[in-house]
Amino acid sequence: MHELVERLLDGDRRAAARIITLIENNAREKEQLLRELFPHTGRAFVLGITGSPGAGKSSLADSLTSYFRKQGLTIGVIAVDPTSPFSGGAILGDRIRMQEHALDKGVFIRSMGTRGSLGGLARATKEAIKVLDAYGRDMILVETVGVGQSELDIMATADTTMVVLNPGTGDSIQTIKAGIMEIADVFVVNKCDRDGADKMAAEVNAMLDLGHGQNPNWRPPVVKTSTLDGRGIPELVEAVNRHREFAVSSGEFAKRRAQQLKAEVTETVEHYLKELLWQKAEAGGEMDKLLEDAAQRLLDPYTIARRILSVFDTVD
Amino acid sequence: MEERKIRVLVAKPGLDGHDRGAKVIARAFRDAGMEVIYTGLHQTPEQIVEAAIQEDVDVVGMSVLSGAHMTIFPRVKELLDENGADNIILMGGGTIPDDDITELTEKGYAKALFTPGTSTDDIVAWIRGAVQ
Ligand code: B12
Ligand SMILES: Nc1nc2c(ncn2[C@@H]2O[C@H](COP(=O)(O)OP(=O)(O)OP(=O)(O)O)[C@@H](O)[C@H]2O)c(=O)[nH]1
Ligand SMILES: [Mg+2]
Repeated sequence: MHELVERLLDGDRRAAARIITLIENNAREKEQLLRELFPHTGRAFVLGITGSPGAGKSSLADSLTSYFRKQGLTIGVIAVDPTSPFSGGAILGDRIRMQEHALDKGVFIRSMGTRGSLGGLARATKEAIKVLDAYGRDMILVETVGVGQSELDIMATADTTMVVLNPGTGDSIQTIKAGIMEIADVFVVNKCDRDGADKMAAEVNAMLDLGHGQNPNWRPPVVKTSTLDGRGIPELVEAVNRHREFAVSSGEFAKRRAQQLKAEVTETVEHYLKELLWQKAEAGGEMDKLLEDAAQRLLDPYTIARRILSVFDTVD
Repeated sequence: MEERKIRVLVAKPGLDGHDRGAKVIARAFRDAGMEVIYTGLHQTPEQIVEAAIQEDVDVVGMSVLSGAHMTIFPRVKELLDENGADNIILMGGGTIPDDDITELTEKGYAKALFTPGTSTDDIVAWIRGAVQ
């Protein structure tokens, strides 16, 4: 067994932190680490938190962490922020809202940049969840980058997903129209200390009256919260727990986990296939020549693609 | 293929509210392709070290304009060592007199310290050289 996995299973947080880095960096040991961790995963409950930038996702993660800690649960938090497409760098600032938990050994917080991934999570987020799962965290909170073009990653990753909205933001209803309905298991109207929270909640409920979600037997509850004074946090936890119980008893939970596994195997196969292809194609070394021919209009991209794929004709 | 990325924790310890420099530095590091974890104001040495460990950073950069550098750098260095995180490079900047810089770097409490007016390009270049 990899020394780091041994240390992680022993409860060494530095090992957990380092394993996440190695996976994120696509290091050589990555596959071995994930293989050895896998038998120890599947126990943690994964709670997704998504919503527009600034909606209060990190603040809610902080409030929920306090609440769950009082119940004796250990917590992992994975907070994703966007990587700059220009520099490849990122400022990861979600931790600012969670620093009161920094010294609590029952809370492990990790920030991640998207590193080019577009679905709201980083490519390695699912794997980081596994690391914290094997590390023994009871509950893992996953904060996405904020509702963007495609925020479906979180749905394929979390057991329960909450969508965070704010009162008085006209665009929130727009985002609901844009397909948030399918993602939310629970709606949160955060910043309810501000005007318009009741109206916002009513609007969401009106949308829900028209139809909702993936499962006709689950109508997402709408909970008003304020992380400033803690209003609504117990109700939010209650809503999450209710969804969890529903998911388990209705088979939804098992179904989602099965879908996740299938997606993971598919993605891994495709990923390896791609790597293998380019390895073989580059070993052939004729790419540059082909591209030159294309620039001269002697060859077209489609013929080139076929020719590159022909490395598989002679699979040994 | 391994894709390493330099990760830096930019921290503001103590009661010091001067955060312009820290923000300028954080942006410069991001623009240089690094991942910057920014934890905001008023961090204790314990919080800084714990965040550095969980985030598995290569570098902790502290911004100190309060005059408290002679206590904060040694304390954070001590905590890093105690926690087996002595691989993390401790450095920083702010209003720190030359004599103090000499003392802090000679005693190993900081690898490098940068004073007002330093170009961020120089700081980025130093980090790239130090993280190997
Ligand atoms: C702007 C400023 C303020 C602003 C701060 C706004 C803000 N949000 O940041 C305000 C008006 C709020 C302020 C308040 C105070 N200030 Co003032 N302030 C300054 C001033 C004029 C400029 C600081 C600045 O922003 N510079 C621009 C940035 C970009 O530069 P920088 O921070 O120095 O960063 C550079 C380097 O130092 C380095 N660096 C900095 N951090 C880091 C981190 C890393 C990781 C790295 C690698 C490098 C690095 O790289 C940067 C780029 O070159 C300085 C004087 C000066 N010339 O430095 C005084 C100064 C820092 N302030 C001072 C004082 C005393 C105060 C007050 C106590 C005044 C009072 N009596 O109320 C309060 C305290 C506030 C508080 N809560 O801490 C003193 C500190 C004396 C000391 N060290 O003992 C100074 C030095 C002025 C003086 N000569 O007396 N201040
Ligand atoms: N009035 C009010 N402000 C809040 C509440 N919750 C969060 N905020 C503020 O909203 C701002 C954004 O909060 P975050 O928790 O950082 O929001 P976020 O969704 O994580 O933001 P990103 O990660 O940048 O997308 C901060 O200034 C918070 O203090 C709330 O319940 N009421
Ligand atoms: Mg956030």
